[in-house]
Amino acid sequence: MDPLEIARWQFGITTVYHFLMVPLTLGLGAVVVYLQTRWNRTGDERYLRMTKFWGKLYLINFIMGVATGIVQEFQFGMAWSEYSRFVGDVFGAPLAMEGLLAFFVESTFLGLWIFGWGRLPKAIHTATLWLAVIGSWISAFFIIAANSWMQHPVGVELVDGRPQLVDIWAVVTNNTAIAAYTHVLVTAVAVAGGFLLGIAWYQLWRRRRDGIDTVDASGRVVVGEAPEIPGRDKLDHSVWLKSLRIGAIIAILGFAGTAVTGDLQAKLMFQQQPMKMAAAEAACETGSSFSILAFGDLTASDCSSVVTVLQVPGVLGYLANGDVNQTVQGVDDLVPQYEEKYGTTLPEGAIYGDRSGQTIDYVPLMYVTYWGFRIMIGFGALAAFAAAVALWLTRKGTVPANVWIMRLAIFGILAPFGAAAAGWIFTEMGRQPFVVAPNPTPGGIDGVYMFTAAAVSPGVTAGELLFSAITLTLVYLALLVVEVYLLVRFVRGGVVSAMPELAAKDDDRSDDDRDVLAFAY
Amino acid sequence: MDVLPTVWFIAVAALWIGYLILEGFDLGVGMHMLVSARGSAAEREGQRRVMLNTIGPVWDGNEVWLLVAGAGIFAAFPLWYASLFSALYIPLTLVLVGLIFRAVAIEYRGKHPGARWGRFWDWAIGLGSFVVAFGIGAGLALTTTGLPIDANGDRVGGPFAWLTWQAVLGGLAVVGFALVHSAAFLALKTTGPVRERMGAFVTKAAPVALLPIVAWVLLIQFTTGNVASWLLVVGAVVAIVLGYVAALRRREGRAFLGIAVFVALGAAAIFTAVYPVVLPSSLDPAFSLTVSREMAATGAAVYAGNSDYTLGVMTVVTAVALPVVLVYQVWSYWVFRKRLGAENLPAVHDIVPAVRG
Ligand code: HDD
Ligand code: HEM
Ligand code: HEM
Repeated sequence: MDPLEIARWQFGITTVYHFLMVPLTLGLGAVVVYLQTRWNRTGDERYLRMTKFWGKLYLINFIMGVATGIVQEFQFGMAWSEYSRFVGDVFGAPLAMEGLLAFFVESTFLGLWIFGWGRLPKAIHTATLWLAVIGSWISAFFIIAANSWMQHPVGVELVDGRPQLVDIWAVVTNNTAIAAYTHVLVTAVAVAGGFLLGIAWYQLWRRRRDGIDTVDASGRVVVGEAPEIPGRDKLDHSVWLKSLRIGAIIAILGFAGTAVTGDLQAKLMFQQQPMKMAAAEAACETGSSFSILAFGDLTASDCSSVVTVLQVPGVLGYLANGDVNQTVQGVDDLVPQYEEKYGTTLPEGAIYGDRSGQTIDYVPLMYVTYWGFRIMIGFGALAAFAAAVALWLTRKGTVPANVWIMRLAIFGILAPFGAAAAGWIFTEMGRQPFVVAPNPTPGGIDGVYMFTAAAVSPGVTAGELLFSAITLTLVYLALLVVEVYLLVRFVRGGVVSAMPELAAKDDDRSDDDRDVLAFAY
Repeated sequence: MDVLPTVWFIAVAALWIGYLILEGFDLGVGMHMLVSARGSAAEREGQRRVMLNTIGPVWDGNEVWLLVAGAGIFAAFPLWYASLFSALYIPLTLVLVGLIFRAVAIEYRGKHPGARWGRFWDWAIGLGSFVVAFGIGAGLALTTTGLPIDANGDRVGGPFAWLTWQAVLGGLAVVGFALVHSAAFLALKTTGPVRERMGAFVTKAAPVALLPIVAWVLLIQFTTGNVASWLLVVGAVVAIVLGYVAALRRREGRAFLGIAVFVALGAAAIFTAVYPVVLPSSLDPAFSLTVSREMAATGAAVYAGNSDYTLGVMTVVTAVALPVVLVYQVWSYWVFRKRLGAENLPAVHDIVPAVRG
């Protein structure tokens, strides 16, 4: 097997997996910050309960983000040593800044928050969470800036065949980075929204099913309580209803945000990576229609067999340039341009190894880019629509008792994760065959690009790569099962799972005298 | 001019030293959880939880030192990062698996009351910590003693070319150090049986457990030592003697400090002795990686570092950020300065579904 293939699979699997945790960390973190701040301001116990419950789920997820993130940090050197050598003057800096300016803040203050309940004054305790979450958001910025440099290299000069950083400001204000960062952040908010919505829906449904809440003749909720179940009191109902509404609203806002920022990205992509745009559309010929459904052999790069079944005139042109008449160049027109600029075969040279002289295929795997783009937008649109429907269905204070709608709500939790993963797969695979895409915009630096085929570590064997790919995939799968198991347990346990004091109502108050921690591992 | 590369060589050394001091005791606590609890099942469980909770609020912040040390190498000396990390592919994969299990275990262990659940995660923490300590030690030792890298910086000799006695020595060095250092830490941070046992462990184990790290330091000194590095060695000796005496007298704070200063000066001695070579090639010294452009200009080695512009940017960022990091990390240790005993820990509660019948 070709080490390059294994290395790519390995990188793709570990990164996509990391990004399952990431948006939830970013989005849910912000939600918990809001909840705790509200509790601080109002003293309303509802907000305390929500802070504790959602905070617990946040932590269960957070740690998986940490564990899988470390892998990311090491991988560049391990599997992509040529890449690290080539881009080292530019790429290491944002990574190191991420650590110095973000990870330290995030991890230290989160530790303070977790163990600070009852130890730190309330306002300071809330502030530690603010800082931890701000740390996460900053970390996301630096890593996206690094990634965006690979999509659109700026701020460098070519010295002895290597890009040398001359303008760090250009790297952190890269328009690609700003667009991608905002897109990822609103994605994170949407992901958290779907999560809140789905889980709160389940809880309200559970209360109805258990006969705790009922509805009157007009369909209005009659809130009840179940004294034998800790935590299932009247307040519990409003905890979930409030969570549900917050979730639905931020999901709708988040998805609207993805459309706006995604549109910005598409406009940049049109200038910066025209081939990706064409491949996203499986557009063989130059035109301006947005395809909704296409059939045929999308794997073929001459794309003569692609049959577009449904298309909307003008939309593609609008996405690309804000103009329905704008034509977007198709694959057939772009390939010769790329071949002329970057060659038809991989150069000879040690870093290409056996791959020297291979023909370069400039067209990314079109079924991946085409469907990746559509799954991203489609799942997002579906989930946004579902959130709006959910708001309407719950206007009378509770959810329908129907079990099927409840199951759909669970799907609503997963869809945004799917959309986000699809977005990355599209972005990253659409960049192929380049790992650092050339920058064609005016002012772009000639010669700063790198083929993925040149990036992999020459000294590392296929066996080693396979070993790590298999090991990490298995470990990740096992841990995913554990994480989901824990999340499900805590969700089913309701608020009391994060607030055992609700169950132990008034038995031992003596804890305070004994100086018992409010929380411990 | 070699000014900025030298500054960054020192910065990278400082980050690794910070990592060894801080995660040194985290990793050791993880290993002690597996091997050092005594008594009935309930007592052992109580002791393990006490140990774990001493590092509970701070371990993640400590681990970031590793990330920043790694990313710092990437940002300043990408050729070093690329050659070292790709040459150590297998051991680093194992280190990553160790780090993953350890992190997840620390967070998840207390989320469920079952005894089997607890045991499983104890193994994950204990073994994970061991593998991480050993792997990091091996890697650091190899980057000071050398690896078979060719002119392009790529490893020659197959996936296990790194498996040498120097690697084993470095691995044992960090494992042994972590065990002693963490015992001193636990003695300082706990009450009851853990405090007693760990206090005694320091004085009993140190003479043996610290031997590999001493051997590593001396090995480097006798090959490339210089006056400055020997002075640091003298300082390290003084620190460990004072620390050991303090441990005998059960002056826990001083004992911990002595061991921390010992490793800081010992590691500084190693870095000082190897400067400016950061990764010697065992095939041909001309393939070695150096942080000195002057040395590279003569063809004696390959310059591993970045342009002055990049190093300058990173210097500014680090000079601003690192002191702030130190301030809030110290503050977090201050907040959690109290000793812990089994009586301070809340009971683990079961999570029961909130459903009717
Ligand atoms: C848009 C956001 C985003 C993206 C694209 C990535 N990450 Fe990430 N990463 C985060 C957002 C994030 C985060 C939200 O900040 C995390 C998740 C959980 C956490 O602790 O922080 C995190 C954790 C995290 C950690 C652990 C930090 C700790 O110990 O506290 C590391 C080392 C990385 N990441 C490194 C990477 C690398 C090298 C990536 C590129 C391949 C990457 N991340 C993609
Ligand atoms: C977390 C979000 C990300 C996801 C989900 C993601 C996804 C992917 C995927 C699926 C691939 C494989 C592409 C292929 O096989 O053709 C890939 C490759 C790669 N990505 Fe990303 N990526 C993410 C972020 C990043 C970031 C932030 C960086 C850089 C800082 C990065 C750097 C790379 C590199 C170096 C490769 C390997 C070369 C290649 O195969 O293209 N990725 N990524
Ligand atoms: C109308 C809606 C949307 C449009 C027009 C859109 C557009 C885009 C474009 C053009 C890219 C690729 C950028 C590039 O490679 O240069 C992208 C990437 C991405 N999209 Fe979307 N998107 C939309 C909705 C969504 C939704 C609903 C989600 C998830 C909930 C999402 C998540 C992502 C992610 C995670 C990436 C990869 C990271 C990045 O490059 O920013 N997008 N999107």
